[in-house]
Amino acid sequence: MTEQLTRTTGPGDGGPPPPRGVRLPRLTVAGHDITVETGIVALLVVFVVVAGSTTEAFLTEGNITNLLKQMVTTGLLAYGMLAVILTGGIDLSVGSVVAFSGIVAAGLSSGLPVPVAMAVGVASGIGFGLVNGALVARFQLAPFVVTLAALTTIRGLAFVYSETPVAPEKPGFFELGSAVIGPLPVSTLIMLGVFLVGGVFLSRTPAGRSLVAIGGSAETVRLAGIGVRRHIVLAYTISGACAGLAGVILASRVGIAQPSVGTAFELDAIAACVIGGASLAGGKGSVRATFAGVLVLALINNLLNLYDVQSFWQQVLKGLIIVAVILIQRTGRFRSATVNDPNPGKASPS
Amino acid sequence: MSTPTRSTPVRPTPGRPVLRIRGVHKSYGPTEVLHGVDLTGRAGEVLAVVGANGAGKSTLIKILAGAERMSAGELQLDGEDVALRSPHDAHTHGIRTVHQELTLVPELSVTENLLMGHFPRRLGGLIDWKAAHRRARDLLDGIGYGAIDPRVKAGRLTVARQQMVEIAKALVSEGGEPKVLVLDEPSAVLAGSDLEALFVLIRRLQERGVLIIYVSHRLAEVTELATSIVVIKDGRVVAETTPDRTDENELIRLMAGRPAGQLYPARRPADGDTLLDVSGLGRTGELSDVSFVLRAGEITGLFGLVGSGRSELARCVFGAEPARTGAVRAPGSDAVRFHSPREAIAAGLALVTEDRKGTGLVLGLSTAENIGLTTLRTTTRGPLLDTARRRRDVVSMVDRLDIRPAHSAKLPVRTLSGGNQQKAVLAKWLLTGPRVLLLDEPTRGVDMATRAEIYRMLDQLARDGMAILLISSDLTEVLGATDRVLVMHEGRIAAELPSEGTTEDTVLAHAIGHAA
Repeated sequence: MTEQLTRTTGPGDGGPPPPRGVRLPRLTVAGHDITVETGIVALLVVFVVVAGSTTEAFLTEGNITNLLKQMVTTGLLAYGMLAVILTGGIDLSVGSVVAFSGIVAAGLSSGLPVPVAMAVGVASGIGFGLVNGALVARFQLAPFVVTLAALTTIRGLAFVYSETPVAPEKPGFFELGSAVIGPLPVSTLIMLGVFLVGGVFLSRTPAGRSLVAIGGSAETVRLAGIGVRRHIVLAYTISGACAGLAGVILASRVGIAQPSVGTAFELDAIAACVIGGASLAGGKGSVRATFAGVLVLALINNLLNLYDVQSFWQQVLKGLIIVAVILIQRTGRFRSATVNDPNPGKASPS
Repeated sequence: MSTPTRSTPVRPTPGRPVLRIRGVHKSYGPTEVLHGVDLTGRAGEVLAVVGANGAGKSTLIKILAGAERMSAGELQLDGEDVALRSPHDAHTHGIRTVHQELTLVPELSVTENLLMGHFPRRLGGLIDWKAAHRRARDLLDGIGYGAIDPRVKAGRLTVARQQMVEIAKALVSEGGEPKVLVLDEPSAVLAGSDLEALFVLIRRLQERGVLIIYVSHRLAEVTELATSIVVIKDGRVVAETTPDRTDENELIRLMAGRPAGQLYPARRPADGDTLLDVSGLGRTGELSDVSFVLRAGEITGLFGLVGSGRSELARCVFGAEPARTGAVRAPGSDAVRFHSPREAIAAGLALVTEDRKGTGLVLGLSTAENIGLTTLRTTTRGPLLDTARRRRDVVSMVDRLDIRPAHSAKLPVRTLSGGNQQKAVLAKWLLTGPRVLLLDEPTRGVDMATRAEIYRMLDQLARDGMAILLISSDLTEVLGATDRVLVMHEGRIAAELPSEGTTEDTVLAHAIGHAA
């Protein structure tokens, strides 16, 4: 088995991989490729300019605040998703975790202090993440299958907890989602904090770098003496924690916790990562660009609402925009993988 | 070399030119790997193409197979210009290639692999399995591989047998018999009677006027089998000759661009302390009762054919795969065996794996990150990585190993040449300060100049007191760069020989299990 594997992935003649097909010009600053970031920022600027000049409703304080609050859920989920995607995995269960943590926090808040109830909500997310991670890492199950099972199980548990929406009574419950500091909602600041701390985690800590490296080649990392399993568990736990937090904040902002909330939220989170240039094969992705991806998605939603586009058409347009953004970004890679090579990326010893 | 006895080689007068290539250039981005290669192959000829690792043989083969397109140059088949745009193009023009990598679908039967796409049908379009298996059996019989059961899943066959099915597949597929058959290192996994069957087959195809392009680094085989020999070095044809006019030594000199001896530093066996003691190591189906010691200051070679267990041994010693029995002891470590790479690293071991791109490097990360991978856990300040210290480590390694380009530390390691990638892997391990260095095929796909550097580096590391195990399937290397050689055969150490005065024939005989 080993022999066969190594025979198919032997080193090549030493040349760098052939750049083929159309390549967009690459922008670099101090050795860092910032093409993706620059592209997305340009796209954001275009969105804002177009929106600002065509509809007066866009640049109002109410709409901006609304926009900032609306992006919190996708933002939190996207950071957690990024951690998982970097390892080469995927977490489909986050939408269900949002529903579960929200409804548990809302339900418990009638008998427990609000912070405790909310902490339990977040903790439930951490718990689900641990289980997902353990199944993926310990039993080597496919992340897609594990988290697909978790998606339906956790959604079911949310309905088991309460078939009907739970409306918390204590006014304290609504603080988290509605409070503002100056012009900025607290929930948005929390999300920004997650991205800041999370960015440092992924770029500057041994565990963060291990996560990224695992997505590139888990075996290389294992042979370097790094525990692969616990880092995978860690990634899913981060995703679970983010989803738990997102669920609690959402319930607090909306003022009611529904067991059906969060359906298909995982897709927006994945889309944000991919728009930000993350590779679903793992090992490649950027915290900054993912954040930009979150902004893009939030703006698309917001604008389509302001233009009063019918919701089904919104879905269609959103899908098309995502494909367009990704196609523009990936033109070079897309072409090179399809041209006339039976074994892309593989070469044999001379 | 003790290749099996065969009938006297048939060397018919070469016929008309079948294949003619002129001025073939190939570039990957800014790097040109073929600088204008000319070749002419005639019907009924066995044209051997030899060259060191990284000389450009693989690229040439890929161009012939239609898997890569030449950047410039022309190719004529039977006097007509032909453009090979895809493997399918090459196929329909009668150029068949048996690659070194196996391409069989392991979950499908031999019959399915052989006849894929053109099964005999029954009325109504269903596959006639009886006829299909019969056809496959006839095909295998016809080329001397009757021992292979066509009903068996391809993945169940030994690597040697799979290779034989590959060859059968190249011969039988649509379009009839090939005009040109390209064999890329076909003997790398064959030995004994399997190898003999291959040679008989090649003679037979030769008589039928097929041009055979035979790529191999087993020079004894080449001088015996070929009607003409082309030597490629650094992307150019440096010599065209025939077996009558040359010998192995001259070929080595042509391939390396220097006499064989100068590639390897002179070694003076040292008698240092034992730094690794492996005793009775076993793993079901792969290793049995393997015992040896590695000593400070010594470079020990390990030779074995594919499937002999040489890589498994390294992985077992390093704790990357569990062993079932036996002990691996290093002074200063209480472990009886290492249960994880981490334990092995803590005891002062390092493993440079055979598959540089898959398990040696994380290709998407920068060179600096790859070099720093083994020290992620130890170079921290508080919860964060000590980036200043890590940068210094990387700079000193890039300097010490002369990794080029020197400013490349921030670029993805995949943009480096094979030789420099291998240096990055070495750098990663040297940062852990190992006392025992295990290297599995460290010079595969590495250019000649870098190989010489790597040998010098290993020599120096040994002189500084490291114990080194050099696993290699390159006989010249395994004897030239080491002090003694362990030979593996079917999961066992079949022999331990001093490198000085041992011939390649002797090593190979032990590896095949034919030693007297």
